[in-house]
Amino acid sequence: MAATEKQPVTGAGPFNGLLTWVDQRFPLVSLWRDHLAEYYAPKNFNFWYYFGSLALLVLVIQIVTGIFLTMHYKPDAAQAFASVEYIMRDVPGGWLIRYMHSTGSSAFFIVVYLHMFRGLMYGSHRKPRELIWIIGMLIYLSLMAEAFFGYLLPWGQLSYWAAQVIVNLFEAIPVIGPDLALWIRGDYVVSDATLNRFFAFHVIAIPLALLGLVAAHIMALHEVGSLNPDGVEIKKTKDPKTGHPVDGIPFHPYYTVKDTLGVVVFLIGFSVIMFFMPEFGGYFLEYNNFIPADPLKTPSHIAPVWYFTPYYSILRATTGDFMWVLAAALIGYSALLMWTVRSAVARIAVAAVGIVLLAGFFTIEPKVWGVMLMGAAALIFFGLPWLDQSPVKSIRYKGWLVKGALALFVVAFLILGYLGTLPVTEGRTLMAQIFTLVYFAFFLLMPWYTRMDKTRPEPSRVTWQGAH
Amino acid sequence: MADKELDQGKRRFLVAATSVVGGIASVATAVPLVASMLPSERAKAAGAPVEADISRLAPGEMTRVEWRGKPVWIVRRTKEMLESVTRNDEKVADPKSQRKKELTPEYARNELRSIKPEYLVVVGICTHLGCSPVDKLKAQPEPFESDWKGGFYCPCHGSLFDLAGRVYKNKPAPDNLEVPPHKYLADTRILIGEDTKEA
Repeated sequence: MAATEKQPVTGAGPFNGLLTWVDQRFPLVSLWRDHLAEYYAPKNFNFWYYFGSLALLVLVIQIVTGIFLTMHYKPDAAQAFASVEYIMRDVPGGWLIRYMHSTGSSAFFIVVYLHMFRGLMYGSHRKPRELIWIIGMLIYLSLMAEAFFGYLLPWGQLSYWAAQVIVNLFEAIPVIGPDLALWIRGDYVVSDATLNRFFAFHVIAIPLALLGLVAAHIMALHEVGSLNPDGVEIKKTKDPKTGHPVDGIPFHPYYTVKDTLGVVVFLIGFSVIMFFMPEFGGYFLEYNNFIPADPLKTPSHIAPVWYFTPYYSILRATTGDFMWVLAAALIGYSALLMWTVRSAVARIAVAAVGIVLLAGFFTIEPKVWGVMLMGAAALIFFGLPWLDQSPVKSIRYKGWLVKGALALFVVAFLILGYLGTLPVTEGRTLMAQIFTLVYFAFFLLMPWYTRMDKTRPEPSRVTWQGAH
Repeated sequence: MADKELDQGKRRFLVAATSVVGGIASVATAVPLVASMLPSERAKAAGAPVEADISRLAPGEMTRVEWRGKPVWIVRRTKEMLESVTRNDEKVADPKSQRKKELTPEYARNELRSIKPEYLVVVGICTHLGCSPVDKLKAQPEPFESDWKGGFYCPCHGSLFDLAGRVYKNKPAPDNLEVPPHKYLADTRILIGEDTKEA
């Protein structure tokens, strides 16, 4: 019935007829308009807005190269390591495909971390974009799972021992932990059964989830519209004649062309790494992983790949002595909460949760709390839309308090990440403990310092240069 | 149809009934899928005991055997090594192995954690997150401990164990290394994975 109501497609020359035929059976024109030709994006996107489209590009690179790798790879503990070497040496162009995939995984995290930092700077997590942020965080978690499962597949020494350590993290969960770890491994140790199922997760289960989440992320974004470096809503000021935001420009061709430039620059850097330093000094491909997995011998130094090391540092920082510091921090934080909240019920709830946690700190072993802190460090991002109480969205109009907090957080994240690649010493553990506190303080104290912060009024329209 | 009054109660009942039955069916379908990820019969059967021949193990040396895919260490301790263990009690978290009793069979729940003082038999997997610690049997200053009396160092997270597999205080690992069930078949042959209760 819709077939007779729609306008014929024009402007596609010899394809007008074909496209009209399709459009009458599929929402081709409306999809094109809603998401590209008439999706109005703010005209003041800067450098930081490249990383969303770049993340999409890397996702495509990973899926395409992954398909070709599965044609030669064998998910079998006896053959996996050799099959990767076979890809590297004997498959025509196999080394290139494999390096594209391994460089792609690190590139994915670089791009995603910069994309998240953009969100933090300009307030992309704030109302009404909370769901975009949450879906984005689910993408981030899926990506970590994808990277973890994929890392076991080459069946090198670090593949094996990283899987052993991470699966044992689940063993620390009280009551169900040991059975859960057994269920994840499918054996009493990391073995062929584990490798086989991690392969299944890596090549089909998680990629499907990722694709769905990415689609949801973009749909939610296009529902509310993109934010911009000024953090103001362009939909508030519309041209009365056209109904389009006056500060908006159609995504296509303006931003498709801009993003193409980003893609070109990105691919130059990507190619330099892929061709000249695919191991990237042991950070992208770790040296110990060129030794086949040996269940009887842990390499003398093991560290996860760089994108996991901030969390790994937090795990290692949680020692018996650190529990006293955590207890003091918990008491201080509970007091702050009690002092802030008004209602008696809320105060009792805070006190109850505080006492339960405090009791747990000293009855459950520090190992469990290390795992909990590590998990909390990743999950706490979900709370950001509600922790941030600043009256303005963009860092351009925020005061030194919030700017300083964000800078300190970035420093803490980088230092924790660096420490996580090194063996432990007493001094490094102390550093990791200090920056673990900074990491959590950034989030947990946010409701207070964002309110105290001296902000400047937001402009009503976007600006070209920022107000600095 | 259209002119008839809609029976909302009936509709609600049917929607709820369909959802509940469909939900039960989905959960029931998930059971075999989830169960398929548990260890298979083959994996369960692979846990047979292994025998270790220690006739050629010199004093102060260690050997490794594989049992259920895990490394089992056998250390032949010298007199000095045994003395270092008895003098190490205040440095370790659980000198008498009382914390998690399932990790130490009754016949090894002593200071030296062994049936025969000379031989230590432990699973070489750190009780923290499952790395295999490195043997640092010699008593000499080490970067991780200046007053090192000999033992094992876990490279992953820095846990330390003494020559009885007892964990040092204030380290990430909560427990002593596991002593596997084992028994002596002869003076120089140990069976790992099986014991007689009285050993």
